Amino acid sequence: MKSMTRIKTNQRLWTTVFFLAAVVILAAVTAAGILTEGYAVETDFSQRNLSPSRQHLFGTDWMGRDMLARTLSGLSLSIRIGVLTAAVSAAVALLLGTASAVFGGKADAAISWCIDLVMGIPHILLVMLISLACGRGFAGVVAGVALSHWPSLARVVRGEIIQLRQAPYILVAEKMGVSKLQNIRRHMLPHLFPQFLTGLILLFPHAILHEASVTFLGFGLSSEQPAIGVILSESMQYLTTGKWWLALFPGLALVLVVTLFALLGERVRRLLDPSSVHD
Amino acid sequence: MKHRLGFAGKKLIRMALLLFGVSIVTFLLMCASPLDPLQTNVGQAALGTMSPEQIEKLETYWGVDTPPVERYLGWLLDVARGDFGTSLLYRQPVLTVIGDRLASSFWVILSAWVISGVLGLTMGVMAGASRGKWPDRLIRGYCLLISSTPAFWLAILLLLIFAVWLGWLPVGLSVPAGMDAAAVTAADRLRHAILPALTLSITGVANIALHTREKMIDVLESDYVLFARARGESEASVILRHGLRNVALPAITLQFASVSEIIGGSVLVEQVFSYPGLGQAAVTAGLGSDLPLLLGITVVTAAIVFAGNLIADLLYGAVDPKIRKGAARG
Repeated sequence: MKSMTRIKTNQRLWTTVFFLAAVVILAAVTAAGILTEGYAVETDFSQRNLSPSRQHLFGTDWMGRDMLARTLSGLSLSIRIGVLTAAVSAAVALLLGTASAVFGGKADAAISWCIDLVMGIPHILLVMLISLACGRGFAGVVAGVALSHWPSLARVVRGEIIQLRQAPYILVAEKMGVSKLQNIRRHMLPHLFPQFLTGLILLFPHAILHEASVTFLGFGLSSEQPAIGVILSESMQYLTTGKWWLALFPGLALVLVVTLFALLGERVRRLLDPSSVHD
Repeated sequence: MKHRLGFAGKKLIRMALLLFGVSIVTFLLMCASPLDPLQTNVGQAALGTMSPEQIEKLETYWGVDTPPVERYLGWLLDVARGDFGTSLLYRQPVLTVIGDRLASSFWVILSAWVISGVLGLTMGVMAGASRGKWPDRLIRGYCLLISSTPAFWLAILLLLIFAVWLGWLPVGLSVPAGMDAAAVTAADRLRHAILPALTLSITGVANIALHTREKMIDVLESDYVLFARARGESEASVILRHGLRNVALPAITLQFASVSEIIGGSVLVEQVFSYPGLGQAAVTAGLGSDLPLLLGITVVTAAIVFAGNLIADLLYGAVDPKIRKGAARG
């Protein structure tokens, strides 16, 4: 029994340490990106197309811009957009999922229909369409990613609340005359919080990847901004001439950041889900 | 049987309504776009030198001056007669463009779908059966990494390795450049399709493998597996006879749900390899504000996705006798 508790506290401790470390790293990258933003667009034509060296760790591009600075600014931009869109998406999911489960009937049917509708169009196409409707650019990407990622989480919230409605303590609260809204706020949402938090964290990777993808296709951030999608789509023209560093490092950095988010979500999920304690 | 038909009929009606919704949403989004198709396709400079009559002619061609409601109703009536309109960029009927593009995307998407499904299921079963040991850790790590990797970057990476560095495979397109269409052999087409299909197969594995693993673990912890082991059944027979059968149902759902993801991935991958498929046409249509073509592509893609979901629902009954009986009773 004693060793069991120790393992449990250990896991909790490790998750906390990991959480803090991840947050610090991501915050550092974001801050570094903001600081190097000016340097990232600085051109130096005497330093064009240099392969990675000690002076330019990630090399330089055809305009002599330092790729390390560009990668950092791109990551910073990605993280900020990812956080913003994931938060909006999660809020939409919570609102619609709760409304669907609580009001039931026609509202439920309508919201479920919307969920099916959004899930029927491949994500990337939908993000493209919404981005077009907002005139591309920053607003387009943010709206596109934020408005296309809520359905799966909304489904989880809806399913969870439908189950909760039959829970004894909710039924008792209802019988004791607690209003519907009060009941949701005081009894259902706190119960839902762990799943919601996991869902929220696991939304980040998707949001960041879709932002980069849609920018890569030319529907997102404009080419003056040092976004990862822009960097990679520009690198496409230089790949066949052997300038591999233009694509390798920025992409690798993006993968690392996204993996960090995914690991974080996985850790939190495992901590909150009692059935996977033995893993 | 009658119940199955009724079930399928209800699903079909719902599917038709959803497709109708998809077309309205797509149309509204494209109409709301502040991007002027004349500006993007003709250019500011060229517009400046044109006479008002010419500009008016172009506006009629791009449908700028027609009210949206009238435009949508016109499109809907045409669709009812089987005509999806004419692509403004390709100047061909939308259905012809989609048919041509789908024909070249089809084998890439299908092979990636089958390979990722089979591979994902195998990896999931392996990971679930060896829970906590190194194969499980390896597979879980791979899935985590691959689901954090943007498909287009993976495509670029494979292109760098196999096309630029090793020079084994062509850099892009679906046929050798500058070759007579009649002289292109099936082997040429295959060589050009390998990299796109490989990229999509690699990325498609993660989701199905992870879910199969979870389900496999649940099954292996169940009482009937404990009993089977107590009877002295070998591990292989437990996995094949109890594991696989129970994992099949969620795997089928996931496999058919992944159609949407693979089509989405093909948009990116085709862009990297300049592969003239449906995804590339969607990007061209989007960037050039070609409303009829993008609308057509979205509706056709959504139809494929919904059809996939419908097939999954129908296969349930075929795979699981419990569901079949439940439907007959209810």
